[in-house]
Amino acid sequence: MNEEREQIMMRVRRALSPIQERAALPRYDSEMVVQRAMLAGRDRVELLAERMQRVNGQLFTDVHALVAHLSAQGWKHGYCDPVLWPALAVHFQGFTVELEFDRTRVDDYAFGITRAAGAIAESGTIVLNDTTTSRRLAALTPWVHVAVVERATIFLDVPAAIAGLGPDRNVIWCTGPSKTADVEGILIEGVHGPGVQLALVV
Amino acid sequence: MKFQPIDLAAAGLRPDKRASVYQSTKATHEKRTKLLFEQYNDPDQLRRWAGEVKQHAIENLDAYLPAVEAKLKANGAQVHWASTAESACQQVLKIMRARGATKMVKAKTMVSEEIELADYLGRHGIEALETDLGEFIVQIDHDHPSHIVRPIIHKNRREIARSFEREGLGAYNDDPQTITSRARQFLRHKYLAADVGLTGANFVSAESGRMVLVTNEGNSRFCLAATKCHIALIGIEKIVPRDYDLALLLNLLGRSGTAQELTVYTEFITGPKTAEQPDGPEEMHVIFVDNGRTDVLESDCREILRCIRCGACLNVCPVYRQASGHAYRSVYPGPVGAVLSPLLEGKHGFAKKADLPKASSLCGACHEVCPVNIPIPDLLLRLRNRANQEGIASPGTPPMGAWALLASQPLAWRTALVASQVMNHLPTNLLPIPALRAWQEERVLPEWRGGKFRQWMSQRRKAK
Repeated sequence: MNEEREQIMMRVRRALSPIQERAALPRYDSEMVVQRAMLAGRDRVELLAERMQRVNGQLFTDVHALVAHLSAQGWKHGYCDPVLWPALAVHFQGFTVELEFDRTRVDDYAFGITRAAGAIAESGTIVLNDTTTSRRLAALTPWVHVAVVERATIFLDVPAAIAGLGPDRNVIWCTGPSKTADVEGILIEGVHGPGVQLALVV
Repeated sequence: MKFQPIDLAAAGLRPDKRASVYQSTKATHEKRTKLLFEQYNDPDQLRRWAGEVKQHAIENLDAYLPAVEAKLKANGAQVHWASTAESACQQVLKIMRARGATKMVKAKTMVSEEIELADYLGRHGIEALETDLGEFIVQIDHDHPSHIVRPIIHKNRREIARSFEREGLGAYNDDPQTITSRARQFLRHKYLAADVGLTGANFVSAESGRMVLVTNEGNSRFCLAATKCHIALIGIEKIVPRDYDLALLLNLLGRSGTAQELTVYTEFITGPKTAEQPDGPEEMHVIFVDNGRTDVLESDCREILRCIRCGACLNVCPVYRQASGHAYRSVYPGPVGAVLSPLLEGKHGFAKKADLPKASSLCGACHEVCPVNIPIPDLLLRLRNRANQEGIASPGTPPMGAWALLASQPLAWRTALVASQVMNHLPTNLLPIPALRAWQEERVLPEWRGGKFRQWMSQRRKAK
């Protein structure tokens, strides 16, 4: 195994040795990839709502509206992160909500409510990580994912979110529901992950 | 007349396939351009920077590879190295056998296509299931992908519906929504039953050892939520210097590949999961794959290693649009494939694919759209030159022998110049070829003036 490592490293060094002057790392400002004009002066939550809508997600700031939406669609059985449940339980009358996620019954859960580590207003993205999000599967396998986002954790733009990745072993950005255009280029949502991506900002 | 293999394949493409490839590549290209130029003042400057970042990374792999290795190990991942396709396959098998694993779910990775991993594992009694919808369909059809980002761009819904019916995924139904939900139902239980999830990586940061993985469907996330062991197959050219560079590259990748600001799922992984998280791999293996890349690095076409596999050059290419992907007979089709595929064949295999660099009008559109600014037309010319130097046959190329003879013999040249004056008296309206006749009906050939310069030269000398 180590032999192969040495072999590859030797070949890399040999390939690079004739290069007189190696390409320098460019100095650039990643501000250039930010759509600053669009962001300037905007409220982060409003902007996040707008940008989520653009990628077919939906943001709620009012828990009643969220519950009414779930109820109207007939999504009455789901999972909720036990840390969130004490504050939410009172609103979910008439729902069946489990606080343990059972991976042998993934099809039983219409929705999964988990905590997000943050969001990115510019791109309409929800940020999940292993420390904050109770179960990777609960945020992925139900048809509806509800991410509970704390207002203070919303990044304005993508470079800021990169700078704020933090020490977590696993961070995932979710920009809208799972989608494909593999069949004749037609957009279909809900391939392997949620077909509906919602956020509740608190 | 003989033709090159790529021309023959293109000529045999069914008209409906050609139409669907043409339409969907064109639509994606147009959306890509609109998004980039509406949202950014100077997207070309972004492409140049991204190109410089990647060029710097590949020209400093001798420092970055050990740096990444150290970071990954410190984060709890096991790092392996594979020089060849065979070795990479063997190492995956060895990891699986050590765990007693028999089932793998695979996210889309071009390297695994390159090394034909799924077939190899299948021969060794391991089920390696593709989970990307397009790749899944390619797998059940024993077909090959024809586009880097859109593997089944060459298939229509009716073909897919028939395949699903054949595989017992339900009665014939060609509604794309139904096709997708059937795949969803079938595959989710496969993920949950699998022991190993295999992915590639789009970028690996040398600074943090963070690997970045993007998908739209969420299949790589499912692999990493359901299984206990993660194997990442990564080409050694995937390194980027810093986390800082990821914002630039991710913004360009989504927009260039699929006209999205960001791909739906962008996952940043630094190691196996920690104890607090119930889901996901406890064991993580990273296999860095060479498989010809160091040869490319040594060649005068090393810029192609900047490629981030977005597929923008395929979408814009007039040749790809007419020929589709299978004509390239390679994992990597289109302009990037015309450069990369012959190079990855190695020193002895180059001749097999030396026709690919010739399948280009050198219009330069691929260079213009490339998010890492790869000068693909220049590289194609270098490879054409290499084929010529190595004396590789080029069927379909008009013979140049007579011209070479003429141009190297002054006497023959002068005679030809004088003799060609007969062209001024040719009855061109009687040309035997209808197309040429039609052409000349609208145009008049200029008078033959061959030899005038030589006359002028010799008179000038005499006058002195």
